[in-house]
Amino acid sequence: MPSRLMPRSHEAWLLVVVLLLCILLSILSPAFLTFRNAQDLITTNAFTAILAAGLLVVLVSGGIDISFTATATVAQYLAFTVANAYDVGWLGIVAIVSGVGISLGLLNAVLIQILRIPSIIATLATLNVYYGLLIFVTRGDYIYALPQWFNSGIELFAFRDGDGNYFSLNLQILATVLVFAATWLILRYMRLGRQITAFGGNREAARRLGLPILKLQCFVYGWMGFCAGIASLVQAQLAQSIAPTVLVGRELDVLAAVVLGGASLMGGVGTVLGTILGLALVAILQNGLILAGFSSYWSGFATGLVIVVAVCATAYRTNRAEALVK
Amino acid sequence: MIGRPGFPAGPGRGGFGLNTGLLAVLLGLIVLFSLLAGSDFLSLRTVSAFAFQLPELGILSLAMMVAMLSGGLNLSVIALANLCALTMGSLLTVLPAGESGLPWLAAVVASVAAGFVVAAIVGLVTGYIIAYIGVSPILATLGMMTLLSGISVGMTRGNIVSGFPDAIVFFGNGTVVGIPVPLLIFIACVVPVAILLTRSPFGLSVTMIGSNQRATHYSGVDTRRALVKLYVLSSLLACLAGFVMMARFNSANASYGESYLLVTVLACVLGGADPYGGFARTSGLVLALVILQVISSAFNLLGFNPFFAIAIWGLILIATTALRAVAGGNLRLIDWRLFR
Repeated sequence: MPSRLMPRSHEAWLLVVVLLLCILLSILSPAFLTFRNAQDLITTNAFTAILAAGLLVVLVSGGIDISFTATATVAQYLAFTVANAYDVGWLGIVAIVSGVGISLGLLNAVLIQILRIPSIIATLATLNVYYGLLIFVTRGDYIYALPQWFNSGIELFAFRDGDGNYFSLNLQILATVLVFAATWLILRYMRLGRQITAFGGNREAARRLGLPILKLQCFVYGWMGFCAGIASLVQAQLAQSIAPTVLVGRELDVLAAVVLGGASLMGGVGTVLGTILGLALVAILQNGLILAGFSSYWSGFATGLVIVVAVCATAYRTNRAEALVK
Repeated sequence: MIGRPGFPAGPGRGGFGLNTGLLAVLLGLIVLFSLLAGSDFLSLRTVSAFAFQLPELGILSLAMMVAMLSGGLNLSVIALANLCALTMGSLLTVLPAGESGLPWLAAVVASVAAGFVVAAIVGLVTGYIIAYIGVSPILATLGMMTLLSGISVGMTRGNIVSGFPDAIVFFGNGTVVGIPVPLLIFIACVVPVAILLTRSPFGLSVTMIGSNQRATHYSGVDTRRALVKLYVLSSLLACLAGFVMMARFNSANASYGESYLLVTVLACVLGGADPYGGFARTSGLVLALVILQVISSAFNLLGFNPFFAIAIWGLILIATTALRAVAGGNLRLIDWRLFR
């Protein structure tokens, strides 16, 4: 049997699929496999990607969070209301979005761990509360004028190639890379991350081991909130305005990308590499189909089909593996 | 079975107290809003608007609740409702206008039936993926949601399909002896579903699957078959909701009611459904829906921003869940051991 050549892990399967997709699309469209397109892909998907990094940690801990889009909206609205009134600078604005994000995340952790509300209900409730109150207070007004220094963004190592294309390491790419690197380090190498994985894998065992569960939960939802704050900043810089109604409703897209990456809703399972590949699969599919000349109206269908096939394949493989163990 | 925090351990426990609590909340809200808004609040106009708005969310929530009873979720209900409405709508709009007579009527009925056929097929596929391939319901229906709304958007290019025969519009806007037709449709599906879930072998199987699927399987129930039937039922209900929405707005679109999705989950949980399965009560759901609708109607009347009502819904959800944990036997509201 060719089993020796077959990929074993979920990540390996995803990698094969993503690579095949890349090869196919680069044949169909010469514009696909360019440095320029790669930069655009990461820049436009940075918001989803950063949120996915946060949600991965929540899923690994065995919980779920759907309030993060509301957290992001509140964070960016508050940050830019302050930034338009006072000269806070980059450091100030990052501090505000992180502070708001972490606080709202901690509130989720309190509801979940101290009031014992199941995470899906608690975060569903806070999604409505955060978002409802924000729109109530702000009347849904947009903020069109952002500070000039913010609108111009960050551009490191900027250069222009022979064809006049402009490249730089922008805010979106920088933030995405940093958040993913941090999440990877935490989950893989820090005691905190190993404890979160253990807790997600078996709550009762984690409790009997004496793991600091409240602390872990606070970190998990705090980190999700922090990621939501950073993601909101990145999105605001890309959109060059704050629209309080556009982010809420995108929770399930982020969830889909993370579970495509192999994270289990039951907890204890999930890797940063898998999440990146899951994100890449959706992003490349949508971008590539448009470049290859397919109507953008059908991209939702293609994404849905990929998600359904992927979750079926994963379940099929898991069940077969379990049957073999027996 | 050990009750999970916040939820009664079985249908026999806490059910009565639960509905009493919801009734108390409802009465309190009605008294409060009557005092604040005066006689306007209980006027015929408000109650009538209320009766037209409630059924769409109500039927969608029912579709969500049956899935939740089995320990799943059906995130594709709204995408499916829109796909079915678009199927019916596209067929209805190609019928010649201004005609009547038996063949025309048959064509109208066939168009509506086509929507339900689509729903049944989608339900079979979803049920098969969940029951036979073993995908978790959240993931399977999340994928189906994206897929179905993708089909709707692709077919219509995001456009609206509108202009249906009066006979269809009647189902969304007409009244029979003063009672809005959508409300009659809602009642006509709540009662049979409630009986099906509590008084039939199928309902019992589904409830047991929600508590412990493996144990149910070992006790001789064909859990896979029951799950497939369940998702077909959920899909048909979603289609009915799509039909009511289409008739009420006299149009169909790929993105109608998208913001309702999480509200349906909220309504089910507020009504006492355990999101991990095994417990759900149709009467509780109806009370929860009335509470949500009372809040949003009253806020509308008082001139508050409708989003404030959404925030209040969230707060009520947190309060009831936390209080249920207390009533359900976990008498310590806060587990102080955690702080040591």
